Order: sequence, then C-alpha cells, then structure tokens
Amino acid sequence: MSVPADRTRPKRTGFLSAAVRTPAFAIGFALSAVFLLAAVVSFAWTPYDVTAMNIADKLQPPSAAHWFGTDHFGRDVFSMVMVGARASIAVALVAVGIGVAAGVPLGLAAAARRGSLLDEIIMRTNDLVFAFPALLMAIMITAIFGPGAVNAIVAIGIFNIPVFARLSRGAALSIWTRDYIMAARVAGKKAARISLEHILPNIANILVVQATIQFSLGILAEAGLAYVGLGTQPPLPSWGRMLADSQTMIAFAPYLAIFPGMAIVCTVLGLNLMGDGLRDILDPRLRRAR
Amino acid sequence: MSKPLLAVEHLDLSIGDRPVLRDVGLTLEAGEVLGIVGESGSGKSMTANAIMQLLPETAQWTGSIRLDGKALEGYDEARMCTVRGREIGMVFQEPMTALNPVRTIGDQVAETVRIHTDASRREARDIARETLNRVGLPEERFSLDRYPHDLSGGQRQRVVIAMAIVLKPKLLIADEPTTALDVTTQANILALLKRLVAEDGAGLVLITHDLAVMAGMADRIVVMRNGAIVEDGRTQTLFTTPHHPHTKALLEASTSAPAGKRQLETSAEILTVSGVVRDYALPRRSLFSPAASFCAVDHVSMALRRGENVGLVGESGCGKSTLVRTILGLDPLTTGSIEIGGLPFHAAGSKPDQALRRKVQVVFQDPYASFDPRHRVARLIGEPFHLLADAPRGKQRRERIAAALADVGLQPDDAERYIHEFSGGERQRIAIARALIIEPEIIVLDEAVSALDVSIRSRILDLLADLSRRRSIAYLFVSHDLSVVRAITDRIYVMQAGRIIEEGETERVFAEPRHAYTRSLIAATPDIERELAKSRRKAERAATP
Amino acid sequence: MLLFACKRFVSLALTLVAASIVIFAVTNIVPGDPARVMLGLDASPQAVAALHRELGLDQPILMRYASWVGGLLSGNFGVSYTYKVPVSQLIGQRIWISLPLALYALSLSILVAFPAGVLSASRRNSARDVSIMGLTQLGIALPNFWFAMLLVLLFSITLHWFSAGGFPGWQAGFFPCMKALTLPAIALALPQASILARVLRSSLLDMLGEDFVRTARAKGLTRSQALRRHALRNALIPVLTIVGLQFSFLLAGAIIIENVFYLPGLGQLVFKAIAQRDLVVVQSVVVLLVLAVVLVTFLTDLAYAAADPRLRTRRR
Repeated sequence: MSVPADRTRPKRTGFLSAAVRTPAFAIGFALSAVFLLAAVVSFAWTPYDVTAMNIADKLQPPSAAHWFGTDHFGRDVFSMVMVGARASIAVALVAVGIGVAAGVPLGLAAAARRGSLLDEIIMRTNDLVFAFPALLMAIMITAIFGPGAVNAIVAIGIFNIPVFARLSRGAALSIWTRDYIMAARVAGKKAARISLEHILPNIANILVVQATIQFSLGILAEAGLAYVGLGTQPPLPSWGRMLADSQTMIAFAPYLAIFPGMAIVCTVLGLNLMGDGLRDILDPRLRRAR
Repeated sequence: MSKPLLAVEHLDLSIGDRPVLRDVGLTLEAGEVLGIVGESGSGKSMTANAIMQLLPETAQWTGSIRLDGKALEGYDEARMCTVRGREIGMVFQEPMTALNPVRTIGDQVAETVRIHTDASRREARDIARETLNRVGLPEERFSLDRYPHDLSGGQRQRVVIAMAIVLKPKLLIADEPTTALDVTTQANILALLKRLVAEDGAGLVLITHDLAVMAGMADRIVVMRNGAIVEDGRTQTLFTTPHHPHTKALLEASTSAPAGKRQLETSAEILTVSGVVRDYALPRRSLFSPAASFCAVDHVSMALRRGENVGLVGESGCGKSTLVRTILGLDPLTTGSIEIGGLPFHAAGSKPDQALRRKVQVVFQDPYASFDPRHRVARLIGEPFHLLADAPRGKQRRERIAAALADVGLQPDDAERYIHEFSGGERQRIAIARALIIEPEIIVLDEAVSALDVSIRSRILDLLADLSRRRSIAYLFVSHDLSVVRAITDRIYVMQAGRIIEEGETERVFAEPRHAYTRSLIAATPDIERELAKSRRKAERAATP
Repeated sequence: MLLFACKRFVSLALTLVAASIVIFAVTNIVPGDPARVMLGLDASPQAVAALHRELGLDQPILMRYASWVGGLLSGNFGVSYTYKVPVSQLIGQRIWISLPLALYALSLSILVAFPAGVLSASRRNSARDVSIMGLTQLGIALPNFWFAMLLVLLFSITLHWFSAGGFPGWQAGFFPCMKALTLPAIALALPQASILARVLRSSLLDMLGEDFVRTARAKGLTRSQALRRHALRNALIPVLTIVGLQFSFLLAGAIIIENVFYLPGLGQLVFKAIAQRDLVVVQSVVVLLVLAVVLVTFLTDLAYAAADPRLRTRRR
C-alpha cells in the first residue's frame, strides 16, 4: 500500500473546545459534577443534620421543606443523599486508584517482558483474581474482618487491579510493535525507560476512559455491598443502605427508594457518558469512524 | 465500432463536502485491459468504487456509467446487487483480509453462485470447484473445506479472483491486486488475470500505482491526478510520448536512477556479520509432537565496508527483517557474531555492546508508525543522543537538531512541530535526520522508501545518494523491490529462506545472476522498458503474418 | 483443538488449586484463630477449645488444608457450625434457586441483547440506533437491586401481576416457580443485556468495516445479507467472552437479588452465615462460585475455539 503524499494535516484543537462539541461528554460531565459537588458541599453544609432524628416529621412525602421527603426516623432524605454521595464517590475513587496504581505498572512490566516468566506470573495471577467477582471478594473479607467502607474499598480495589493490568498490557503490547519503539531501542533505551517515555503516554487515553468506567462500576458495586449490609456502616448514610432501609416501606413511601436510586443512576450514567465522550475526544480516529 | 463495454462520462463525486472526482470519463471495450494509474489520493480507487456503486454513505455523485449499454446511474441499490458479482467482478488489494476468516473458501466462492442463480448447494459447490481449479488452486491440494487462514497471500488472492470470476462477468475490476504481494507471486497473479479475461472475453480495469506493472498489462492507460484524468492513451504511445507534465514526472520518477554511482576503492570493513543463526521456537502442533523450531536466519555472513551502499533483497518471510533486528542489536542471536569496526558488538549469549550501538542507526518503512505522536520533532530527532556519554545540551543540542533538519532539507523551526503536521515524504526525511544526528557509521534502511509514492520516493533516494556522497556512511538497503535496490546500491546480497544465496556487485548480479532464484526474481520484477519491448514485438508479429 | 483443550484444562486446574489456597488462607490463616472469629470476642476459652476440636483446628495447617480439599473433592464441604448439618446439604437445597435464576437471567439477557445489538448496528446513527443505545446507556447505569425494587413497586404492589417475593418450591410445579423467578430474572438481566447489546453492536460495526464485508458486497450481497452471513459470525466471537463473564456476574448478582425477593437461595444462606460468622458455610459458597466462574471461563474458551477456525488449527 502506498501512503498518501500529503495526508490532510489535522488541526490541533484544544481539548476544551472538543469537549464542548461532544454532547455526551458535556452532559456526562455536568451530571457527575452535580454529585461530586453535592459530596463536597455536604462536608460544610446540608439542609438538615443527617444524624438528627425527628420522629414527629417521619415519613413526610417530598415538600418544600423536605425536597426528597423524610425517612422513618424523620431524617431529611435530600441531606442523606448529599452525604451518601461521599461514601459512594470516595469508595469508588479509592478503589480505582488502587486498580490504577497496582494494575498499570504490572501490565506495563508484563508487556515489556512479553512471554517471560514474569509476564506469565502476572497474567496467571490476574486470571486468579478474575475468578473472584468483587462481590465474592467482599463476602470473604467482610466474613473475616466485619463489614465496613474500608473493606468495601479493598474488595473493589483488588478486583480493579487485573482490569487495569490486562488493559494496559494489551494496549502496551500493540504499542511495543510500533516502529518508534524500535527506534527508541536502537537509541539504546531500556524497557523501563521506554515504558515510561513512550508507552505510558500513548496508552494514557485508554486508561483514562477505563478509569471513568471502573469508577462508575465501583459506585454500583459499593451501592450493592451497602445494600446487603457489607459496605458503609451506620450512622453515616449511604445510597445502598438507604435503599435497603426503604425496601420494607416501598408500598407506602416509594420516594424513599426513588431518590437514592436516582442518585446512583444519574452518577453512573454521568460517568459512563463522560467515558464515552472522552473516548471520542481523545481518539480522533474513532470520532471520524463512528 | 460497436458500443463499448463500459463507458463512464462526466463522473463527479464528492464525499461529504470534499470533491473527490471531477469529470472522469473512460471507456473500455470487451477483451481490452484498461489501466488506471496515479499516486495515492488521485481518485483511482474511488473511480472503481463508483462503478461498483460501493461508496461511503456520505458520497454523492453525478454523471453516467454505462455497462453494456445499461445505464447504471439509474439503478437502485437492490438492482445494483444483481449487477455486482454477476456482471462486474472486483478484486481488491489486501488478500490477507479480503476473505471471511470463519468460512471455508469453497463456501465463499459458491456464495457468489448461490445469490445470483438458483443453483442448488451441490451445483454451486461444483461450480466453485471448477473455478478454483481454473485459478490455479487444484483439487488435490486446495479442498473446498479449507479456511483462508492456512493459505498464503497469493493463494488467497486466487480465491478472491475465483469469487469475482465464477459467474464469468463481462467486466472485472482489479484494484491494486498485487501491491501487497511478492514479485514472483505478483507476476503469477498478473498472468492469471490476463489469461482469465482473455478466455472469457471480458474487459479488465486494472488500477495500480506501479507503471511497470501497467506497461506489461494494459492496452490503454488513463493517468489520474487529484480526482481528474490528466492523460489517456494507448500504452505504447503514452510511454513513448507522454504529453502531460504529470505523466512525464511519473515516468521519470519510475525509471530514473539517482546519479552518482561511485567506484569505491576497497576500504575497511565496518560491519561484519559472521555465521549468524536465529531460531524461533514454534508452538506445538499437537500434544505428542516435539516442540519444533523455525530457523529464520540460517548461517548468514556478510560485510559492509566504510561508505559502501549494500542491498539486501528477498521476498517477505525470507528472514531479512529478522537479520536486520539482529544487526541492530534488538533480537538475540542463536549462534554467530556481529562486529562493528572490528570490535565485537553482538554475539550469541551476550547482550549487544551499548557503546557500539551509536555506530548503527535505522530508518523504517512506515513514516506514520516511526514516530511517537506525542513528542515534538526536536525530541524525536534527539532521541539517539541517549547513546552518547556527553550528549549535547541546551543551545548546543538545539543547534545539532537544526543542523540535522537542514541536512535533510527541512527548516530549523520544524523542530517545534508535532509529527502529524508532516506529510509522508517529510516524515521520512525526519527519520533520516534522526538516524544521522549522532553521526553513525552505518544506516540500515529497512524498506525505507517502499511506502512512498514514486515521485516522493525518487526525491528521498536522491537525498540518500547525496548524503552518502558527502559523508562516508555505509547504507544497508533492505528491500523487496529490486528496481529500487538496483538504483542505489554498489553491491547486493540476495536472501532466500534464511540464507544468502547470492552476493556480488549490483550490476553484475542484475546482468548475469548466478542463482536460479535470483534469476526468477529479476524476471518477475516488472520493468517498463522490457515490458514495452515485449508488447512491441508482439504487435509486430501480429502485423506481419 | 485437542491440544488447545488440554492446555486450557491444565490452566483451569491450576487456577482452581490456586483459588483453593487463597480461600483457605483467607478464612483459616489471615484471621489467626477462626474459632475466635466465629464465636466473637467475648467467647469463653472453653467454648473456643470445644470449637477447635469440632473443626479440627488443633491439627497442623497443611493437614487441615489437605483434609479440606479432600473433602471438597468427595463432595464433603464440612459441617455448618450454626446449622449443625453438612454444608453440602444446605447448598444442595439452595442452589436449585440460584442456578436456575442465573440461567433464566442469562437467557433473557441474550434474547434481548441480540436483536437490540443487530438492529442498532445495521442502521448506524439512525433514530433506531440512537434510541436503543440511549436505553442501554440507562440500563447499564441501573443498580439491579434498585431496578428490582421498582419492578416490585410496579408489577406487584400496583398491578398485582406478580407476588412481591418468596418461592413456592419446585414441588409446586414448573410454571409457578418460573413465575416467581421472572421479576428477579428481569432485574438481573436488563443491565447485563445492555452491556451485551453494546458489545455486540460495536463488534458488528468493527466487522462491517472489515475488508471481507466489502468483498461480500462486491459479490452482490445486500447490506443486510453481508451483515447476517459475514459480519455476524465474526462479531459473535468477542461477544462469547462477554457472555461467559456475565454468567459469573449473574450468579454473584443473584446473591443480592435474592435478598430483594426473599428467595431462599445461596444469597440468603451466605448473608445469614456472615451475620453468624459461620466461616465453614461462607468458604464453601465462595469455593462453589469460584468453581462455577472458572468452569464457565473454560467452556467459553472452548466455544471460542470452536467458533474460530484460526484457533482450531493454530499455525504461526
């Protein structure tokens, strides 16, 4: 195949202007930002104190005073949803951090020494971890150490490690075959340096996109664990626990289930849309093709 | 004169808002071969796709396309489906991906029959069998139940051709059918196409960028540039008296050899390859067979002298890339050793000597894959400084980079740009600058001009010739393309199945090849002069009964 | 193919051995004294000592591992500390809810995802494609247990079409049981179907851009014929992997969904066991689920090889 003499030179446009022109990203970013903001603000201010019970005001439907209504202890659901965002976001974020911090170096190392014993050990260990879905991991951990947010983070985080290890290994392997890596090797650079200078920057896009996806999966997983009582413990509210508590009252107070659930859906949807948008923005090839 | 088989008139095509074809017109008689030639982006493939009406969704076109008197421009998608495969067959460039990997070859050939006729499954398979025999895939070795993945590129292209001609269409379109193939395979496939259209009395539209291929195949040629036809004529006339400047430029670029072949007095050996062997372990074929190994490079010895231009030619899979990687110190050796300037650089069982690495640099084939897209040109070119103990810094470094850019005909401020801002030819210049910057003794040019259009290719070859005159760098010119190697090298090595089978002065090897393989390689390489002479003789014989 | 299967089988066996070591280590070594975990902090030394004898904790660690694995191989998972009955019996009763639920959900997921993925890929960027993809985006964001609650709210509490939970038992007949599993299966299946539909769509779109689809079109196949006969089978190869992965997610997800619908399955068993710190039950259920995951992965790999002739006769 012959290469075009003068391929149309793509214009370099700023990330921001591309971001604004990608509706998926803009909507996703706005949605996730709302909840991130809610979580941050909740440290300083919430409409009501989430620990203060007020039995007189219990099970109020949504009103001007209580936008999302009150629960069976008379606590303000809107405030609880705000504070609940903290647990969800913190758990998911730290879990993604664990996955990236441990998974990416492992994946890069495996790719740099492809086919070696090191590669084999890393990948087989990954397979092993993959055999334990996050929930199983959490079940084992909580059975020993008792339930809690930290254990939820560990369980979800461990599960994230092979995700990032596999992804970065696969992406790195395809970069390793490029001629510019050969050129770097001819320039005498060692595998570690090449991984850092050439491989990592070129797979960063993929990793960022995957991180937003794992972030959203982490929020779902945290909610699931909290729902079955293995996540964040009372008195701090969390979305999953709020749903669990609302279950017996769903017939007469459905709003107790609706609002925390909507919060989860919106955050996850926002993150997913953001991930899709990012993929389009960061990969011009995909944007042209799709 | 009877109505032409194919008549395209005033064809204008745009994709999105971008005009692709402008006022394209061509005609083809039955039994005739029409060549469409042009550089990449000239619109030759789009012309073929427009005839097939296999265009991107955003394409819009006007004009008339008549096949055997039928106005295809009036056909809707459903009627076009009855034309494609039945009245027009098409063969594509890339045989490795043109076949469905999960269906058998027999099934895929029979499918053309099944969708256009009411032949039963049995009958369709019988016809498929016959056609595969016809394209040179005989029953004994190529059963209908084989899958594409265990056929070679040339064999797959034969299957694609079988799919295209199984219903004996009146028109066959071949879009760069042999560009991805080795020269000997190319010669066979071209001969096959020629035979098939002659037997069926069909017309053939052959699209290629390779004028030498054209010279041997086409009765008439149209030359395209920027979506329009610039010249059109009978092959002999067009080659002997081209009118349009673009045609002249193309012809010149395909035939010219960079001037400046030098008679070198015997200088010291700079690269010595002795008895190099490189084995690969193969995956086991079955549980009980022992692990096999494949010898990619088999006891190769070769030498480069200071300032010498040496060619290494061979077809794909002959081991030349593996050999290059061992010379660059990127792949380990099984046995043997490599010396640079008499000092041990790389031997079996040891790592390559880091200090000697700076003596050998490389330029790769693909100008798009050779650079990290995230770095600026200055950083890309400066990468080999890593090999120097006292790498220049700051101002000195900038000056060295500017000088290297100037050496290859680029501007100093190009250093601050990113690689995607450059064209293919410019990128290849940057790759040469990167190889030059630490003043190595040897530059390996690994198919360094194979991906370039002819006009750009000839400019890069001129640059290389000029650089080798000014400095005494030895080139190891690795290529599958004999004509390119012939133009620039003093001496060549011919490689086949991991071994060097012939070696000698370039002109001697081309004039009197000693090994049978070299002879077949040279014979298969299309050559404009030879092809034109051949068809002239044929025409004369026809004229004088 | 045989070689491929053997290789996969060996890796399956190794994964299982490694997994059993991990599970054993986590439940027997990490906590220090399992008996203390099970009895809680204020247990009397006598009670701890008694449990030690009951569980065989006074034996050396390797012996305990060996006898545990030996037991697993012969179907003896040990005796539950709280129920005082063999764990295999507890699991045996409950697996006949969790397993059918996961399979039911998997079938639903495939049934929904397949047409959705094909319909949207066949007309890329059409209104149909955009709306299907929008729905799948929403489906992925739904926590399945919350979706389950919404289903209960709509179909049980408001419309009274289904009961809000419980399980009649298989002796009550096939259809009443399937009816009881329907809402849980839908809740489990929808998010997975969304993922599957998206994977199928993008895989199909990738394949539609391949050269061999262009070749097929040049033969005279219509767009939809080319999609059905050439793109689809190739596109299914990556989808198979996702289906395999989903089965394990569904099995684990079933554990949570059972809670919403008060189904007496493995989920209920395991959460009760966690509350009562019955490590024997927890570790057995985990072993069982890991076995299922690994086995399904193995079967997926084989299906993969069967679907792809390039893997059947590997040659480089």
